[in-house]
Amino acid sequence: MQVNEYKPLIVAFCCNWCSYAGADLAGNNRLAYPADVKIIRVPCSCRVNPMFILRAFQRGADGVIICGCHPGDCHYTSGNYYTRRRMAALFSMLDFLGIERERTRVEWVSAAEGAKFAATMNDFAQKVAALGENKRLEDLRCKK
Amino acid sequence: MQKITREQLIEKASELLANGTVSCVLGWGAGEFGYDVTPTVFKTAEEMKTGFVFSDFCGANFSKYLVAKTQKTEGKILVFLKPCDTYSFNQLLTEHRFDREKVYAVGIPCEGMADISKIKAICGEGISSITAEGDTFIVTTLYDDEPIAIEASAVLAERCVNCKSKKHVAYDELMGEDGDVLDSGRFDEVARLEAMTPDERFAFWQNELSRCIRCNACRDACPACTCEKCVFDNPKSGVENKSPANSFEEKLFHIIRAFHVAGRCTDCGECSRVCPQNIPLHLLNRKFIKDINEFYGDYQAGAEVGSRAPLVNYTTADLEPGEVFNREG
Amino acid sequence: MQRVGVFVCWCGSNIAGTVDVQAVSEALKNEPGVVFSTNYQYMCSQAGQDMIKNAVKEHRLTGIVVCSCSPRMHEATFRKTAAAAGINPYMVEIANIREQCSWVHKDMLTGTEKAIILGKAAVAKVNLNTPLIPGESPVTKRALVIGGGIAGIQTALDIADAGFPVDIVEKQPTIGGKMAQLDKTFPTLDCAACILTPKMVDVAQNENIRIFSYSEVTEVKGFVGNFDVTIKKKARFVNEDICTGCGACVEKCPMKKVPNEFNLGMDNRHAIYIPFAQAVPKVATIDPNACNMLKNGKCGLCARVCAAGAIDYKQKDQFIEEKYGAIVVATGFNPISMEKFDEYAYSQSKDVITSLEFERLTNAAGPSAGKLIRPSDGKHPHTIVFVQCVGSRCESCAEKGKEYCSKICCMYTAKHAMLTRDKYPDTEVYVFYIDVRTPGKNFDEFYRRAVEEYGVKYVKGMVGKIVPEGDKLKVQASDLIANRQLHIDADLVVLAAAIEPDKSARPLATMLTASMDTNDFFTEAHPKLRPVESPTAGVFLSGACQGPKDIPETVSQAGAAAAKVIGLLAKDKLMGNPCVAQSDELMCNGCSTCANVCPYGAISYEDKEFRMPDRTTKIRRVAAVNPAVCQGCGACTVACPSGAMDLKGFANSQIMAEVDAICK
Repeated sequence: MQVNEYKPLIVAFCCNWCSYAGADLAGNNRLAYPADVKIIRVPCSCRVNPMFILRAFQRGADGVIICGCHPGDCHYTSGNYYTRRRMAALFSMLDFLGIERERTRVEWVSAAEGAKFAATMNDFAQKVAALGENKRLEDLRCKK
Repeated sequence: MQKITREQLIEKASELLANGTVSCVLGWGAGEFGYDVTPTVFKTAEEMKTGFVFSDFCGANFSKYLVAKTQKTEGKILVFLKPCDTYSFNQLLTEHRFDREKVYAVGIPCEGMADISKIKAICGEGISSITAEGDTFIVTTLYDDEPIAIEASAVLAERCVNCKSKKHVAYDELMGEDGDVLDSGRFDEVARLEAMTPDERFAFWQNELSRCIRCNACRDACPACTCEKCVFDNPKSGVENKSPANSFEEKLFHIIRAFHVAGRCTDCGECSRVCPQNIPLHLLNRKFIKDINEFYGDYQAGAEVGSRAPLVNYTTADLEPGEVFNREG
Repeated sequence: MQRVGVFVCWCGSNIAGTVDVQAVSEALKNEPGVVFSTNYQYMCSQAGQDMIKNAVKEHRLTGIVVCSCSPRMHEATFRKTAAAAGINPYMVEIANIREQCSWVHKDMLTGTEKAIILGKAAVAKVNLNTPLIPGESPVTKRALVIGGGIAGIQTALDIADAGFPVDIVEKQPTIGGKMAQLDKTFPTLDCAACILTPKMVDVAQNENIRIFSYSEVTEVKGFVGNFDVTIKKKARFVNEDICTGCGACVEKCPMKKVPNEFNLGMDNRHAIYIPFAQAVPKVATIDPNACNMLKNGKCGLCARVCAAGAIDYKQKDQFIEEKYGAIVVATGFNPISMEKFDEYAYSQSKDVITSLEFERLTNAAGPSAGKLIRPSDGKHPHTIVFVQCVGSRCESCAEKGKEYCSKICCMYTAKHAMLTRDKYPDTEVYVFYIDVRTPGKNFDEFYRRAVEEYGVKYVKGMVGKIVPEGDKLKVQASDLIANRQLHIDADLVVLAAAIEPDKSARPLATMLTASMDTNDFFTEAHPKLRPVESPTAGVFLSGACQGPKDIPETVSQAGAAAAKVIGLLAKDKLMGNPCVAQSDELMCNGCSTCANVCPYGAISYEDKEFRMPDRTTKIRRVAAVNPAVCQGCGACTVACPSGAMDLKGFANSQIMAEVDAICK
């Protein structure tokens, strides 16, 4: 198997008000990013339960990214502030368990930042692809 | 080794039962072996005299039992709380999990509890009796003719080695002297793991967590895990599972469990105490506590009733999730 | 099991150009629940919508998946189509295969592959959709305005003019607020009383407005359209309905040495008092801390002289309960305390005053009848130093000042300096500033006039220390532009004190579950797009309670808040968003974690009786979400450890199904 043939599977959770609209704008402007990125729409980034992220990894995702409104711009005023704390704690925990830190990311993308959305996804997909397949979260059982 | 004696506790309980302050006592009862202690409810002084135990193996944190017990009991329940138990007690009050009016809490001092597995590691199986003489345990076994003397400090439970506080943060009455919050170095082990490479950490946890048999003892003993129905028991949650259906399952279970108690965990160490596989589960909780302290300022769950846990709070200047990795660099 | 129909749109060549739509509709045919799958050139067209309606009938569809453009574009369209076809509009899911697929991927193969996966995710989700019905709640057509300053007055007048009844609650004995204490207003220099008092009279005379003066809000329950508010009318020991405001009682009152708060303690009032001549309501109030009759039963003079018989020493606090549809917060501001600013000698010298005290000193109705004098000896000051930003923009002095810019000080200081030079051309006037900020219509022109026409000496730099020496104030300051130290012997120093939200705002915010920033200013629902609404539905913001503001800005915000209130009260019923949180009370621990994160205060707790399997009953505290208040962000769903809290339309199981479909 050649490394460059490997296609990572990336799940992107996007808040309805900013980042999902930012992704739409990237589409409107025809700004390409890898088709490996699949977007799930949530009302707010604070709707993303760590369970969803782990479930994605469990089922074979290679990277999970959460996009929300910029801090201070949340449609629900404070949702993304909770996201920020929860994900900081969760990501740090995943890192503690030895899971590659490049597999998870939080990025703030506004409805006007179509270009940032595309650039973020390009960069994230590239970093995740460089790590290769997610084996650690998928296959953790000690197999001797 | 404990400064307070069984007799003193029975006397206190008898007095409170007699004057009607309490209707029953939540305490440690004799189990199958001397070191095997079972949480028990005593209704009378006589029951206590026969069945009540207080020794260096009374580690069980009773605060969690109050959730169910206060619902069912008429009158007040007497509960003995070691310093670390009082934090859980407060945290449960913060979460409105039981009615404070239905509890009479007696704070008792604690000199640290012993870990039976450490004793067994020294004297092997077949322990027939353990008696404490000063700071020494005298252990007799079925296989040794001579009793074995063990320094109590050598078999102190892991969580007591890093005891965070000898201070009671909640009680109606205090027996003995109150202590202080200690500078315990309890995060040293977490820091040691953090200093490893990701591969080493992964190997460490793979080795530890793969031993998990999903017996749920950690969850069942945890005073923060008092949910009416645990997500892992709920078919609607999508993560319900009793046994490891696939290789990821136990990891997901422990991450989610640690996340659910993050900011609420008082670091009482019950999870690791009850784990039959000796997985150092408390390190996961301590990692969250350490991170929370470092990211958002020191916070001790249960130190006071009504405090707002850091993960359900925020400031506009919080650090970004991407920054948690390169704080040092 | 759902019966799902899949409709793949070509969007002309927008989608069909990079996605094999035929392949997508074929592939999705085999997904669980799918009984019908097709594709068409323009799904959003009339013909496309008819195709959906017919398919619903023909295949008895219960769920619809449209693979098309962004849901932000046509979700509403297809929901209407579903409703027209007789199925619940929330049984529709959109797979965005245009903006997030065909437009960003160039290759037909990858585009088609991804479109199929997005379609599968939508099918997986719709299989778990449930019909949702938006809740309805009635609207009480009455508004409450808390605070009777210019912000509250303007909001109340505007709402009342639209025909809705309004109550104003003001904690002082009269409405008018800070503006009533001002002398002239920038940048036009018309007198504050001349423009404010007619408005106060309008309020008093407006049939739709009730004034609860000397009153406070003590409890707020309910939610948008249906607030239950308790108002405490403090005992003023004068029957408001009878008092004519003649003032005979005030003249006879022997207690004459009570510091007059309206003049900031620079003169005295009586124990029974009317704050100022144009007070509304013009009714006397007895200060219970000063009145001899109330303190020890000795006096009673005022009752004897009152021809109307309005004095009532036995009056008690009264609690009034009223229902409101909307609440406007207009609690305003106060200058911060200068006690901690020792360097400016405010506590040591009477001749170091705040700008608000300066307003009273120059006001014709003030303690000096408008003559600018030194408070210490009544002499005319010849050298006046104005110090700006005292406690504002003060990053290093958080314990006594504020980090933010108080916004109004630059302009009123220019006004003070200009008026002083205008009336007393023999006075030398210095203004020390960090920056002069004049963003407002005709503001910069005004400031330049102060410098150019009136010769006010503006010095960029801060005053380091003020030391009273003899009858002078030794001012040490730095001139940053000339780069030298200045020593000025001043007769009067005026400090432009930072302003802060009124102290009553914080407890009020708690009652309203309205959010505040760290400085206790109320937070708006959106800083740009919803500046006069609080995130808490039905609570609106007017004036300086939301941030420092001058009068023109306050009045425009007051009008904007009124417009929002009118828009709300004009409705007979409120239709909620059905995608709201819902707690499963069997699983709920009642731990309050969810209420901690709810930005809207939509979650309350109740003790509920549960029947246990062993036939006993158990009373447990459980969460209840008010669907009229919940906005559906989902913060609570993640905070909830037991998973009892879920979000309709974005349920845990639905999102999990999408994840599974994508990762298959």
